[in-house]
Amino acid sequence: MGVLVKKSLSKQKHSLSETTEQLRLLQSIDLKSFEENLDAIDLLPLKAQSVDVFQINLGKMCNQVCKHCHVDAGPDRKEIMTKEVMQLCLDAIDETNCSTVDLTGGAPEMNPEFRWFVEQLSLKGKKIIVRCNLTIIVANKKYNDLPEFFKKHNIEVVSSLPYFSSSKTDSQRGDGVFDKSIQALKMLNDVGYGVENSGLTLDLVYNPSGAFLPPNQLELQLEFKKKLSDRFGIVFNSLFAITNLPISRYLEYLVASENYQGYMEKLVNAFNPSAALNVMCRNTISISWDGFIYDCDFNQMLDLKVAVKGKHLSDFSLNDLESRTIIVNQHCYGCTAGAGSSCGGTTI
Amino acid sequence: MKTYYDPDDLKKVGKISEFQPELGKKFFDYYGSVFEEGALTKREKSLIALAVAHAVQCPYCIDAYTEDAMEKGCDEEMMMEAVHVSAAIRGGASLVHGVQMMNKYKDLSM
Repeated sequence: MGVLVKKSLSKQKHSLSETTEQLRLLQSIDLKSFEENLDAIDLLPLKAQSVDVFQINLGKMCNQVCKHCHVDAGPDRKEIMTKEVMQLCLDAIDETNCSTVDLTGGAPEMNPEFRWFVEQLSLKGKKIIVRCNLTIIVANKKYNDLPEFFKKHNIEVVSSLPYFSSSKTDSQRGDGVFDKSIQALKMLNDVGYGVENSGLTLDLVYNPSGAFLPPNQLELQLEFKKKLSDRFGIVFNSLFAITNLPISRYLEYLVASENYQGYMEKLVNAFNPSAALNVMCRNTISISWDGFIYDCDFNQMLDLKVAVKGKHLSDFSLNDLESRTIIVNQHCYGCTAGAGSSCGGTTI
Repeated sequence: MKTYYDPDDLKKVGKISEFQPELGKKFFDYYGSVFEEGALTKREKSLIALAVAHAVQCPYCIDAYTEDAMEKGCDEEMMMEAVHVSAAIRGGASLVHGVQMMNKYKDLSM
Protein backbone atom coordinates (compact mmCIF):
# COMPACT_ATOMS: atom_id res chain seq x y z
CA MET A 1 0.00 0.00 0.00
CA GLY A 2 1.22 3.53 -0.61
CA VAL A 3 0.27 7.10 -1.34
CA LEU A 4 -2.14 7.95 -4.12
CA VAL A 5 -0.65 9.50 -7.22
CA LYS A 6 -1.84 12.96 -8.23
CA LYS A 7 0.22 13.67 -11.32
CA SER A 8 1.21 11.67 -14.36
CA LEU A 9 4.79 10.43 -14.62
CA SER A 10 5.12 12.75 -17.60
CA LYS A 11 4.14 15.80 -15.55
CA GLN A 12 6.50 14.70 -12.77
CA LYS A 13 9.26 14.36 -15.39
CA HIS A 14 9.83 10.91 -13.93
CA SER A 15 12.50 8.84 -15.70
CA LEU A 16 9.91 6.10 -16.33
CA SER A 17 7.82 8.48 -18.41
CA GLU A 18 10.49 7.82 -21.06
CA THR A 19 9.80 4.69 -23.11
CA THR A 20 13.54 4.09 -23.56
CA GLU A 21 13.95 3.84 -19.78
CA GLN A 22 11.00 1.45 -19.50
CA LEU A 23 12.45 -0.77 -22.21
CA ARG A 24 15.87 -0.67 -20.56
CA LEU A 25 14.33 -1.75 -17.27
CA LEU A 26 12.35 -4.55 -18.95
CA GLN A 27 15.60 -5.90 -20.37
CA SER A 28 17.58 -5.42 -17.17
CA ILE A 29 16.35 -8.51 -15.33
CA ASP A 30 18.10 -11.75 -16.12
CA LEU A 31 15.11 -13.89 -17.08
CA LYS A 32 14.32 -16.09 -20.05
CA SER A 33 13.33 -13.82 -22.93
CA PHE A 34 9.76 -13.83 -24.21
CA GLU A 35 11.11 -14.60 -27.67
CA GLU A 36 12.88 -17.72 -26.38
CA ASN A 37 9.61 -18.96 -24.95
CA LEU A 38 7.79 -18.30 -28.23
CA ASP A 39 10.57 -20.01 -30.15
CA ALA A 40 10.27 -23.10 -27.95
CA ILE A 41 6.65 -23.52 -29.04
CA ASP A 42 7.27 -22.60 -32.71
CA LEU A 43 5.50 -19.27 -32.44
CA LEU A 44 8.49 -17.10 -33.34
CA PRO A 45 8.17 -14.85 -35.26
CA LEU A 46 4.74 -14.08 -33.83
CA LYS A 47 2.55 -13.32 -36.83
CA ALA A 48 -0.73 -11.43 -37.07
CA GLN A 49 -3.69 -13.44 -38.34
CA SER A 50 -6.18 -10.70 -39.18
CA VAL A 51 -7.21 -7.12 -38.47
CA ASP A 52 -10.52 -7.81 -36.80
CA VAL A 53 -10.37 -5.26 -33.98
CA PHE A 54 -9.50 -1.60 -34.32
CA GLN A 55 -8.55 -0.37 -30.89
CA ILE A 56 -8.39 3.40 -31.00
CA ASN A 57 -6.89 5.42 -28.21
CA LEU A 58 -8.61 8.81 -28.27
CA GLY A 59 -6.03 10.39 -26.01
CA LYS A 60 -4.25 10.45 -22.71
CA MET A 61 -6.57 12.98 -21.07
CA CYS A 62 -8.44 11.51 -18.11
CA ASN A 63 -10.29 12.70 -15.01
CA GLN A 64 -8.53 10.02 -12.92
CA VAL A 65 -4.88 9.27 -12.09
CA CYS A 66 -4.93 5.52 -11.45
CA LYS A 67 -1.85 4.07 -9.84
CA HIS A 68 -1.53 1.23 -12.34
CA CYS A 69 -2.36 3.15 -15.55
CA HIS A 70 -0.31 1.88 -18.49
CA VAL A 71 -1.19 5.01 -20.48
CA ASP A 72 0.12 7.40 -17.81
CA ALA A 73 -3.14 9.25 -18.34
CA GLY A 74 -4.52 12.05 -16.20
CA PRO A 75 -5.99 15.55 -16.16
CA ASP A 76 -2.53 16.95 -16.87
CA ARG A 77 -2.22 15.08 -20.19
CA LYS A 78 -3.40 17.10 -23.16
CA GLU A 79 -2.60 14.70 -26.03
CA ILE A 80 -5.95 13.87 -27.67
CA MET A 81 -7.02 12.75 -31.14
CA THR A 82 -8.15 15.44 -33.58
CA LYS A 83 -11.14 15.18 -35.92
CA GLU A 84 -8.69 14.86 -38.84
CA VAL A 85 -7.07 11.76 -37.34
CA MET A 86 -10.53 10.36 -36.53
CA GLN A 87 -11.39 10.75 -40.21
CA LEU A 88 -8.23 8.80 -41.09
CA CYS A 89 -9.45 6.07 -38.71
CA LEU A 90 -12.84 5.98 -40.45
CA ASP A 91 -11.16 5.76 -43.85
CA ALA A 92 -8.89 2.93 -42.68
CA ILE A 93 -11.82 1.04 -41.14
CA ASP A 94 -13.56 1.23 -44.53
CA GLU A 95 -10.64 -0.63 -46.07
CA THR A 96 -11.10 -3.59 -43.72
CA ASN A 97 -13.74 -6.12 -42.76
CA CYS A 98 -13.09 -5.58 -39.07
CA SER A 99 -15.91 -6.53 -36.73
CA THR A 100 -15.11 -4.33 -33.77
CA VAL A 101 -14.01 -0.80 -32.97
CA ASP A 102 -12.75 -0.48 -29.41
CA LEU A 103 -12.46 3.08 -28.07
CA THR A 104 -10.16 3.71 -25.17
CA GLY A 105 -8.07 6.43 -23.55
CA GLY A 106 -7.56 8.14 -21.02
CA ALA A 107 -11.23 8.86 -20.75
CA PRO A 108 -12.30 8.75 -24.41
CA GLU A 109 -15.49 10.67 -23.60
CA MET A 110 -13.40 13.75 -22.70
CA ASN A 111 -12.34 14.14 -26.31
CA PRO A 112 -14.57 16.96 -27.67
CA GLU A 113 -15.05 15.01 -30.91
CA PHE A 114 -15.98 11.75 -29.15
CA ARG A 115 -19.70 11.91 -29.90
CA TRP A 116 -19.19 12.90 -33.52
CA PHE A 117 -16.78 10.00 -33.93
CA VAL A 118 -19.16 7.49 -32.36
CA GLU A 119 -22.00 8.73 -34.59
CA GLN A 120 -19.82 8.18 -37.67
CA LEU A 121 -18.74 4.74 -36.47
CA SER A 122 -22.27 3.63 -35.71
CA LEU A 123 -23.22 4.23 -39.36
CA LYS A 124 -20.72 1.51 -40.30
CA GLY A 125 -22.54 -1.31 -38.50
CA LYS A 126 -19.52 -2.41 -36.46
CA LYS A 127 -19.58 -3.50 -32.86
CA ILE A 128 -18.46 -0.46 -30.87
CA ILE A 129 -16.87 -0.80 -27.45
CA VAL A 130 -16.23 2.16 -25.17
CA ARG A 131 -13.86 1.66 -22.26
CA CYS A 132 -15.56 3.96 -19.79
CA ASN A 133 -13.93 4.65 -16.43
CA LEU A 134 -17.44 5.18 -14.91
CA THR A 135 -16.57 8.29 -12.88
CA ILE A 136 -16.59 10.42 -16.03
CA ILE A 137 -20.37 9.93 -16.17
CA VAL A 138 -20.78 11.80 -12.89
CA ALA A 139 -17.75 14.10 -13.21
CA ASN A 140 -19.70 16.92 -14.85
CA LYS A 141 -23.29 17.62 -15.91
CA LYS A 142 -22.29 17.50 -19.57
CA TYR A 143 -21.44 13.82 -19.20
CA ASN A 144 -24.56 12.79 -17.24
CA ASP A 145 -26.37 11.76 -20.42
CA LEU A 146 -23.61 9.38 -21.53
CA PRO A 147 -25.66 6.29 -20.62
CA GLU A 148 -28.44 7.47 -22.98
CA PHE A 149 -25.90 8.32 -25.66
CA PHE A 150 -24.29 4.88 -25.33
CA LYS A 151 -27.71 3.25 -25.54
CA LYS A 152 -28.70 5.22 -28.63
CA HIS A 153 -25.67 3.85 -30.48
CA ASN A 154 -25.87 0.36 -28.96
CA ILE A 155 -22.36 0.69 -27.59
CA GLU A 156 -20.89 -2.07 -25.45
CA VAL A 157 -19.63 -0.47 -22.26
CA VAL A 158 -16.56 -1.95 -20.61
CA SER A 159 -15.71 -0.44 -17.24
CA SER A 160 -13.00 -0.94 -14.66
CA LEU A 161 -13.99 -1.86 -11.14
CA PRO A 162 -11.08 -3.52 -9.33
CA TYR A 163 -13.21 -4.74 -6.45
CA PHE A 164 -16.64 -4.62 -4.87
CA SER A 165 -15.39 -2.57 -1.94
CA SER A 166 -14.07 0.96 -1.68
CA SER A 167 -10.71 0.22 -0.03
CA LYS A 168 -9.23 -1.78 -2.89
CA THR A 169 -10.84 0.33 -5.59
CA ASP A 170 -9.82 3.69 -4.15
CA SER A 171 -6.25 2.56 -3.37
CA GLN A 172 -5.77 1.88 -7.07
CA ARG A 173 -7.99 4.47 -8.76
CA GLY A 174 -8.17 7.39 -6.33
CA ASP A 175 -10.15 8.61 -3.32
CA GLY A 176 -13.90 8.47 -3.80
CA VAL A 177 -13.72 6.55 -7.08
CA PHE A 178 -15.65 3.55 -5.76
CA ASP A 179 -18.69 5.56 -4.62
CA LYS A 180 -18.80 7.49 -7.90
CA SER A 181 -18.40 4.25 -9.87
CA ILE A 182 -21.37 2.73 -8.05
CA GLN A 183 -23.41 5.84 -8.82
CA ALA A 184 -22.47 5.60 -12.50
CA LEU A 185 -23.21 1.87 -12.65
CA LYS A 186 -26.69 2.56 -11.29
CA MET A 187 -27.20 5.18 -14.02
CA LEU A 188 -26.13 2.63 -16.65
CA ASN A 189 -28.45 0.00 -15.15
CA ASP A 190 -31.29 2.55 -15.14
CA VAL A 191 -31.21 2.85 -18.94
CA GLY A 192 -30.96 -0.94 -19.31
CA TYR A 193 -27.22 -1.63 -19.39
CA GLY A 194 -26.39 -5.03 -17.92
CA VAL A 195 -30.08 -5.84 -17.51
CA GLU A 196 -31.15 -9.26 -18.78
CA ASN A 197 -32.70 -9.26 -22.28
CA SER A 198 -32.08 -5.52 -22.74
CA GLY A 199 -29.50 -6.18 -25.44
CA LEU A 200 -27.27 -3.56 -23.79
CA THR A 201 -23.95 -4.99 -22.66
CA LEU A 202 -22.14 -3.78 -19.57
CA ASP A 203 -18.93 -5.64 -18.79
CA LEU A 204 -16.64 -4.98 -15.86
CA VAL A 205 -12.88 -5.24 -15.70
CA TYR A 206 -11.01 -6.54 -12.69
CA ASN A 207 -7.30 -6.05 -12.41
CA PRO A 208 -5.27 -6.81 -9.30
CA SER A 209 -4.69 -3.96 -6.85
CA GLY A 210 -1.08 -4.93 -6.31
CA ALA A 211 1.78 -7.15 -7.42
CA PHE A 212 -0.12 -10.39 -7.93
CA LEU A 213 -1.95 -12.24 -10.70
CA PRO A 214 -5.72 -12.19 -11.15
CA PRO A 215 -7.92 -14.92 -9.66
CA ASN A 216 -10.02 -17.32 -11.70
CA GLN A 217 -12.23 -15.13 -13.90
CA LEU A 218 -15.42 -17.16 -13.68
CA GLU A 219 -15.31 -17.56 -9.91
CA LEU A 220 -14.61 -13.86 -9.50
CA GLN A 221 -17.47 -12.99 -11.83
CA LEU A 222 -19.88 -14.99 -9.68
CA GLU A 223 -18.64 -13.25 -6.56
CA PHE A 224 -18.81 -9.77 -8.14
CA LYS A 225 -22.36 -10.45 -9.35
CA LYS A 226 -23.50 -11.56 -5.92
CA LYS A 227 -21.79 -8.79 -3.96
CA LEU A 228 -22.75 -5.95 -6.33
CA SER A 229 -26.33 -7.19 -6.47
CA ASP A 230 -26.69 -7.76 -2.71
CA ARG A 231 -25.00 -4.56 -1.62
CA PHE A 232 -26.02 -2.09 -4.33
CA GLY A 233 -28.62 -3.76 -6.58
CA ILE A 234 -26.22 -3.50 -9.52
CA VAL A 235 -26.24 -5.94 -12.45
CA PHE A 236 -23.75 -6.47 -15.26
CA ASN A 237 -22.96 -9.03 -17.96
CA SER A 238 -19.40 -10.35 -17.79
CA LEU A 239 -16.30 -9.74 -15.73
CA PHE A 240 -12.94 -9.59 -17.48
CA ALA A 241 -9.95 -10.46 -15.29
CA ILE A 242 -6.94 -8.64 -16.70
CA THR A 243 -3.29 -8.98 -15.69
CA ASN A 244 -1.35 -5.78 -15.05
CA LEU A 245 1.49 -5.36 -17.54
CA PRO A 246 4.81 -4.08 -16.23
CA ILE A 247 4.91 -0.78 -18.07
CA SER A 248 4.41 2.91 -17.27
CA ARG A 249 2.80 3.69 -13.91
CA TYR A 250 2.39 0.03 -12.93
CA LEU A 251 6.08 -0.49 -13.64
CA GLU A 252 6.86 2.54 -11.50
CA TYR A 253 4.73 1.06 -8.70
CA LEU A 254 6.52 -2.30 -8.98
CA VAL A 255 9.93 -0.65 -8.77
CA ALA A 256 8.99 1.72 -5.92
CA SER A 257 7.41 -1.10 -3.88
CA GLU A 258 10.40 -3.43 -4.55
CA ASN A 259 8.11 -5.94 -6.24
CA TYR A 260 9.53 -5.65 -9.75
CA GLN A 261 11.87 -8.67 -9.74
CA GLY A 262 9.33 -10.91 -7.98
CA TYR A 263 6.49 -9.90 -10.29
CA MET A 264 8.55 -10.50 -13.43
CA GLU A 265 9.61 -13.92 -12.13
CA LYS A 266 5.98 -14.70 -11.44
CA LEU A 267 4.95 -13.72 -14.99
CA VAL A 268 7.75 -15.71 -16.58
CA ASN A 269 7.08 -18.80 -14.46
CA ALA A 270 3.38 -18.59 -15.35
CA PHE A 271 4.03 -18.51 -19.13
CA ASN A 272 1.28 -20.54 -20.75
CA PRO A 273 1.77 -21.69 -24.37
CA SER A 274 -2.00 -21.84 -24.94
CA ALA A 275 -2.32 -18.23 -23.87
CA ALA A 276 0.52 -17.31 -26.23
CA LEU A 277 -1.45 -18.76 -29.14
CA ASN A 278 -4.40 -16.50 -28.31
CA VAL A 279 -2.75 -13.13 -27.66
CA MET A 280 -5.01 -10.30 -28.77
CA CYS A 281 -2.38 -8.58 -30.94
CA ARG A 282 -2.82 -11.34 -33.53
CA ASN A 283 -6.21 -9.95 -34.56
CA THR A 284 -5.96 -6.35 -33.36
CA ILE A 285 -4.34 -3.11 -34.34
CA SER A 286 -3.99 -0.21 -31.96
CA ILE A 287 -4.14 3.41 -33.08
CA SER A 288 -2.64 6.26 -31.08
CA TRP A 289 -4.09 9.76 -30.65
CA ASP A 290 -1.75 11.03 -33.36
CA GLY A 291 -2.62 8.31 -35.87
CA PHE A 292 0.29 5.89 -35.57
CA ILE A 293 -0.32 2.15 -35.70
CA TYR A 294 0.80 -0.38 -33.08
CA ASP A 295 0.32 -4.08 -32.34
CA CYS A 296 -1.51 -3.31 -29.08
CA ASP A 297 -2.18 -0.52 -26.59
CA PHE A 298 0.83 -1.62 -24.53
CA ASN A 299 3.24 -1.47 -27.45
CA GLN A 300 1.72 1.92 -28.19
CA MET A 301 2.67 3.18 -24.75
CA LEU A 302 6.20 1.85 -25.26
CA ASP A 303 6.29 3.56 -28.67
CA LEU A 304 6.94 0.25 -30.46
CA LYS A 305 5.30 0.98 -33.80
CA VAL A 306 4.19 -1.82 -36.12
CA ALA A 307 6.92 -3.50 -38.14
CA VAL A 308 5.53 -2.54 -41.54
CA LYS A 309 6.35 0.27 -43.94
CA GLY A 310 3.17 2.23 -43.28
CA LYS A 311 3.34 3.05 -39.60
CA HIS A 312 0.76 5.83 -39.79
CA LEU A 313 -2.91 5.81 -40.83
CA SER A 314 -2.02 8.14 -43.70
CA ASP A 315 -0.05 5.23 -45.15
CA PHE A 316 -2.43 2.42 -44.14
CA SER A 317 -1.86 -0.98 -45.81
CA LEU A 318 -4.24 -3.74 -44.76
CA ASN A 319 -2.25 -6.40 -46.61
CA ASP A 320 0.94 -5.51 -44.78
CA LEU A 321 -0.78 -5.35 -41.40
CA GLU A 322 -2.57 -8.67 -41.79
CA SER A 323 0.70 -10.49 -42.35
CA ARG A 324 2.94 -8.45 -40.09
CA THR A 325 5.37 -9.74 -37.53
CA ILE A 326 4.34 -8.58 -34.07
CA ILE A 327 6.91 -6.80 -31.96
CA VAL A 328 7.41 -8.52 -28.62
CA ASN A 329 9.35 -7.72 -25.48
CA GLN A 330 9.41 -8.81 -21.84
CA HIS A 331 6.16 -6.97 -21.00
CA CYS A 332 4.34 -9.46 -23.28
CA TYR A 333 4.61 -12.03 -20.49
CA GLY A 334 1.67 -10.17 -18.94
CA CYS A 335 -0.63 -11.46 -21.69
CA THR A 336 0.58 -15.07 -21.51
CA ALA A 337 0.61 -15.70 -17.75
CA GLY A 338 -1.80 -18.26 -16.34
CA ALA A 339 -5.15 -18.14 -18.07
CA GLY A 340 -3.87 -15.39 -20.38
CA SER A 341 -4.96 -11.78 -20.51
CA SER A 342 -6.44 -9.47 -23.10
CA CYS A 343 -8.72 -6.45 -23.22
CA GLY A 344 -11.53 -9.01 -23.18
CA GLY A 345 -10.21 -10.86 -20.14
CA THR A 346 -8.68 -14.32 -20.03
CA THR A 347 -7.85 -16.00 -23.34
CA ILE A 348 -8.04 -19.71 -22.59
CA MET B 1 23.61 -10.25 7.67
CA LYS B 2 23.20 -13.93 8.49
CA THR B 3 19.73 -15.05 9.53
CA TYR B 4 18.06 -18.39 9.99
CA TYR B 5 15.33 -17.43 7.51
CA ASP B 6 16.12 -16.19 3.99
CA PRO B 7 13.12 -15.18 1.80
CA ASP B 8 14.94 -16.54 -1.28
CA ASP B 9 14.90 -20.02 0.26
CA LEU B 10 11.16 -20.19 -0.45
CA LYS B 11 11.91 -20.44 -4.18
CA LYS B 12 14.32 -23.30 -3.45
CA VAL B 13 11.84 -25.54 -1.66
CA GLY B 14 12.03 -28.01 -4.56
CA LYS B 15 15.68 -28.62 -3.70
CA ILE B 16 14.71 -30.72 -0.70
CA SER B 17 14.42 -33.58 -3.22
CA GLU B 18 18.17 -33.44 -3.83
CA PHE B 19 18.97 -35.38 -0.66
CA GLN B 20 16.04 -37.79 -0.92
CA PRO B 21 14.50 -37.74 -4.44
CA GLU B 22 11.97 -40.53 -3.93
CA LEU B 23 10.37 -39.12 -0.79
CA GLY B 24 10.67 -35.60 -2.18
CA LYS B 25 8.73 -36.57 -5.29
CA LYS B 26 6.10 -38.34 -3.23
CA PHE B 27 5.70 -35.28 -1.05
CA PHE B 28 5.35 -32.83 -3.94
CA ASP B 29 2.92 -35.09 -5.82
CA TYR B 30 0.86 -35.37 -2.67
CA TYR B 31 1.10 -31.63 -2.01
CA GLY B 32 -0.11 -30.87 -5.54
CA SER B 33 -3.05 -33.25 -5.19
CA VAL B 34 -4.05 -31.81 -1.82
CA PHE B 35 -4.47 -28.33 -3.28
CA GLU B 36 -6.48 -29.41 -6.31
CA GLU B 37 -10.15 -28.46 -6.42
CA GLY B 38 -12.14 -31.11 -4.56
CA ALA B 39 -14.94 -31.07 -2.02
CA LEU B 40 -13.27 -27.82 -0.98
CA THR B 41 -12.52 -25.07 -3.49
CA LYS B 42 -8.94 -24.00 -4.19
CA ARG B 43 -9.75 -20.74 -2.44
CA GLU B 44 -11.02 -22.46 0.70
CA LYS B 45 -7.87 -24.59 0.77
CA SER B 46 -5.73 -21.50 0.34
CA LEU B 47 -7.38 -19.82 3.35
CA ILE B 48 -6.96 -22.98 5.44
CA ALA B 49 -3.28 -23.07 4.44
CA LEU B 50 -2.93 -19.42 5.41
CA ALA B 51 -4.46 -20.08 8.83
CA VAL B 52 -2.28 -23.15 9.40
CA ALA B 53 0.80 -21.18 8.29
CA HIS B 54 0.11 -18.81 11.17
CA ALA B 55 -0.50 -21.64 13.60
CA VAL B 56 2.84 -23.26 12.74
CA GLN B 57 4.42 -19.81 12.41
CA CYS B 58 6.16 -20.58 9.15
CA PRO B 59 7.29 -17.30 7.53
CA TYR B 60 7.73 -18.99 4.14
CA CYS B 61 4.19 -20.37 4.22
CA ILE B 62 2.77 -17.02 5.35
CA ASP B 63 4.40 -15.24 2.38
CA ALA B 64 3.36 -17.98 -0.03
CA TYR B 65 -0.25 -18.26 1.09
CA THR B 66 -0.80 -14.53 1.50
CA GLU B 67 0.07 -14.18 -2.18
CA ASP B 68 -1.84 -17.31 -3.13
CA ALA B 69 -4.98 -16.18 -1.30
CA MET B 70 -4.79 -12.76 -3.04
CA GLU B 71 -4.55 -14.56 -6.38
CA LYS B 72 -7.61 -16.57 -5.40
CA GLY B 73 -9.57 -13.34 -4.96
CA CYS B 74 -9.44 -13.09 -1.16
CA ASP B 75 -9.37 -9.64 0.38
CA GLU B 76 -7.73 -8.43 3.56
CA GLU B 77 -10.89 -8.96 5.61
CA MET B 78 -11.16 -12.64 4.65
CA MET B 79 -7.48 -13.25 5.24
CA MET B 80 -7.43 -11.64 8.67
CA GLU B 81 -10.51 -13.66 9.65
CA ALA B 82 -8.53 -16.79 8.68
CA VAL B 83 -5.68 -15.63 10.93
CA HIS B 84 -8.17 -15.12 13.77
CA VAL B 85 -9.44 -18.67 13.27
CA SER B 86 -5.86 -19.80 13.72
CA ALA B 87 -5.44 -17.61 16.81
CA ALA B 88 -8.73 -18.78 18.29
CA ILE B 89 -7.79 -22.44 17.93
CA ARG B 90 -4.33 -21.82 19.37
CA GLY B 91 -5.77 -19.79 22.23
CA GLY B 92 -8.54 -22.31 22.75
CA ALA B 93 -6.00 -25.12 22.77
CA SER B 94 -4.17 -23.41 25.63
CA LEU B 95 -7.32 -22.60 27.54
CA VAL B 96 -8.87 -26.06 27.28
CA HIS B 97 -5.78 -27.36 29.07
CA GLY B 98 -6.86 -25.04 31.85
CA VAL B 99 -9.39 -27.72 32.72
CA GLN B 100 -6.49 -30.14 33.31
CA MET B 101 -4.80 -27.54 35.48
CA MET B 102 -8.04 -27.03 37.42
CA ASN B 103 -8.49 -30.78 37.85
CA LYS B 104 -4.94 -31.18 39.13
CA TYR B 105 -5.31 -28.14 41.36
CA LYS B 106 -8.44 -29.63 42.90
CA ASP B 107 -6.72 -33.02 43.30
CA LEU B 108 -3.92 -31.41 45.24
CA SER B 109 -6.09 -29.17 47.33
CA MET B 110 -7.90 -29.91 50.59
